[in-house]
Amino acid sequence: MKKINLIVNITAIATLAFLYLPLMAVAFFSFNNTKYGLVWKGFTLDWYLKLFQNELILHAAWNTLILAVVSTVVSTILGTILAIGMDRFPWPRKLNTTFDLILHLPVIIPDIIFAAAMVVAFGSLRMLSSVFEPGLLNMIIAHITFQTAFVALVVRSRLVSIGKEVEEAARDLYASTTYLLLKVTLPLLTPGIVAGAMLAFTLSLDDFVISFFMAGPDSVTLPLYIYAAVRRVVTPQIHALSTIVLLVTVILVISMERFTRKVNNK
Amino acid sequence: MNKLMIWYGELITGKKLFKRGLFFLTPGMLWLIFFLVLPGLILVLVSFASRGAYGQLIWEFSLENYKRLLGFGIFGWTPDYILILWRSVWVALVTTVLSVLLSYPLCFYIARKPERTRYLWLTIVIIPFWTNMVIRTYAWFLILAPDMLPAKIAAFFNFIEPGMPLYPSAFAVYLGMVSMFLPFVALPLFSSIERLDWTLVEAAQDLYASNTRVFKHAILPQTLPGLSVGIILTLVPAMGMFVVPDLLGGAKYMLVGNLIQQQFGSSRDWAFGAAISMSLMVLTMYSLYLYKRRNKDINLL
Repeated sequence: MKKINLIVNITAIATLAFLYLPLMAVAFFSFNNTKYGLVWKGFTLDWYLKLFQNELILHAAWNTLILAVVSTVVSTILGTILAIGMDRFPWPRKLNTTFDLILHLPVIIPDIIFAAAMVVAFGSLRMLSSVFEPGLLNMIIAHITFQTAFVALVVRSRLVSIGKEVEEAARDLYASTTYLLLKVTLPLLTPGIVAGAMLAFTLSLDDFVISFFMAGPDSVTLPLYIYAAVRRVVTPQIHALSTIVLLVTVILVISMERFTRKVNNK
Repeated sequence: MNKLMIWYGELITGKKLFKRGLFFLTPGMLWLIFFLVLPGLILVLVSFASRGAYGQLIWEFSLENYKRLLGFGIFGWTPDYILILWRSVWVALVTTVLSVLLSYPLCFYIARKPERTRYLWLTIVIIPFWTNMVIRTYAWFLILAPDMLPAKIAAFFNFIEPGMPLYPSAFAVYLGMVSMFLPFVALPLFSSIERLDWTLVEAAQDLYASNTRVFKHAILPQTLPGLSVGIILTLVPAMGMFVVPDLLGGAKYMLVGNLIQQQFGSSRDWAFGAAISMSLMVLTMYSLYLYKRRNKDINLL
């Protein structure tokens, strides 16, 4: 038994090292005082300072933020209303199954197929309006689409778990539909909505494939910028940028964890 | 329809309820139908169209794209595309198996930590899960660079020439894929392992079951729900993966994801790209079906 424990522990530590060594290498070499190569030439913060003078990177960061914020706001609203519409009304069984299938599509379809479908669809829509040229607006629409499904799934599971008793009680006390929605259902739903929004936001920041297919020359996001850069040459400046993105991810993950744990402990 | 009914404590007719329901349902559903279902259908249609001389679509029904995918080209039959498809399935399978093998020890390790620090350890697994995949992939460039230990060892044993990096190569693709998808298996698996009833494991051991039998009969059935979600979350996206083979495999180890991207990028052959996407979709659905048939009650999310 002892032997097995030892093997388990060693494998686990090795696995964690396997996950983290590459990321740590990126962070480590972002402080390296040389433009090329992986030989340590002393500590510097220059690469970080230069990030903030690089117009292209600042623009990409701005695009990333706009894309994530706008798509998250829209998809959270759409997804929440959709979840209420699906869960709180007596739809026939068959209709419910269809809704369920549509909602699960973005979960089971490989993102590259979704991206391809969007490219083809926007290609056809372009005949109707030049709004559908590749660019930020198209990326926002694409992100809203898969985020809405994820938000609706998260909010719906919250709707199921809060049950119907409180809402019934409110009706018994003559709550109107609007009152019920604003003062009873939505406050009860808030943890689910926040969790859904956080998920949507992270999904948007994380996405590369869909943005890559839809982006125009002026709508480069940070993942796209990093991708284009490392295909040419890997520089410490990219390491610095990646380290910052990594830090933002860590902060987001920790606050997301704290939030869900707080809600579950209530 | 006009009968009175009590729904969530409200006395209401079915008709009114139906109208109100539509009000809630319509915006989101319309959006999803318009930007998800319709594009999907258009993609199916496009896979039967063909490419014009300037990369535009010609709307004439043909099976040309599918024939080409099966290897029937103007220069006779070649298995190139079938090989790429097969390789994608293979890489996805290997990635899934390796991720599962590494996830069990990792989850046991975390589950045995005292409750105070357990969630800290779990967060350590969650962070890579949410880190951008471009960063996680290119990070391997550094580890596999010529100056680093792995490449030097490989050069010492004559696997590669001295001064060369370990990428692009098939090895680098597997490395990148497993590190990419391991958290996708580990996190759902952990939720099962955390709730594992260890008394069953002890009972099996008291009855002198071998380690393999303990795992097979006491641990595996209990962890199956989490494992199933993990396997699906890995297998499906791994088959369509494009960033890892693109950066770490290059032209040496192309997968179907790269092939699709090529059609929508440099080759500008949307019709053929759509046909490849369809084949990937069929593969995905078929593997989900196979898996679902064997394990009846899987619930995603």
